[in-house]
Amino acid sequence: MLRDEPLKVGRYEFQSRLIVGTGKYPSLDVMQRAHEASGAELVTVAIRRIHLDDPSGKTLIDYIDRSRYRILPNTAGCTTAKDAVLTAQLAREALHTDLIKLEVIGDTQTLYPDTTQTIEAARELVRDGFTVLPYITDDPIACKQLEEAGCAAIMPLAAPIGSGLGVCNPYVIRIIKERASVPVIVDAGVGTASDAAVAMELGVDALLMNTGVAAARDPVLMAQAMRRATEAGRMAYLAGRMGKRLYASASSPVTDLIGSPAP
Amino acid sequence: MRATINGTEHELRDGLTLAELLHELGIEESGSAVAVNERVVRRPLHEATKINDGDAIEIIHAVAGG
Repeated sequence: MLRDEPLKVGRYEFQSRLIVGTGKYPSLDVMQRAHEASGAELVTVAIRRIHLDDPSGKTLIDYIDRSRYRILPNTAGCTTAKDAVLTAQLAREALHTDLIKLEVIGDTQTLYPDTTQTIEAARELVRDGFTVLPYITDDPIACKQLEEAGCAAIMPLAAPIGSGLGVCNPYVIRIIKERASVPVIVDAGVGTASDAAVAMELGVDALLMNTGVAAARDPVLMAQAMRRATEAGRMAYLAGRMGKRLYASASSPVTDLIGSPAP
Repeated sequence: MRATINGTEHELRDGLTLAELLHELGIEESGSAVAVNERVVRRPLHEATKINDGDAIEIIHAVAGG
């Protein structure tokens, strides 16, 4: 059995190192079963205007058992620090949580974050008492600046949001992790179980994914695969992998083979 | 008076409070939040908050996202 410390983000502790989203599922029933299979304790939601022509009825929150999952609202879609801060404040009021996944988008094609606006919003939200988890590019300088701004974790992307390309820049993710004193959570780009394992083997503290689970042919089965891959990658990191070498090194004795001359 | 609610202009009766507006729109207070002119109005203040002509009101809730 893996004996590991819990993931600590600000004043919150989690046994699971996998954070999952609520978007893009074929149905809310599939989403609920995928959440359960993922073992996640933290799930993300977005914040949007209520449709005034249909304000009642079941909302997303009715499908999340809050005794089991903490909610991590995001500021997805915001393009300015000002909008992200107001969205975070509305999320706190609606959902009674100081946790916020800060996302300030700089461009709709790449969905890369606007670093300047993200850092500005992070400073403001930290001042306002939020536990801030910012989505950011795999840029060691921006990550350091967000840490210095008081963020509770930093969340560099593995690849563009929804791309499923896996960890595009593993060496930089390692550099970010080595220099960080807050948890590093790889957010975006994980497409399948091996991507999750690769990211965790780099030593990052946790993973956040949505499309990788929700857009699988069988999201519930993929959620279970991601859970195991996250755990396997974490265990491999803690175990410490063997050194790589160019040439072979036999695992069996090279002496006392049959037919060989006596020593 | 007129106020903008979630981007659309609405004709509202004078002296309407935020709590009355939410009730009339059928919005559950639980799980929702309101900002008036880009400032969050916390739930305990809804009763005492009168809407003014020209106010921009945003009413939000959580939706699926990643």
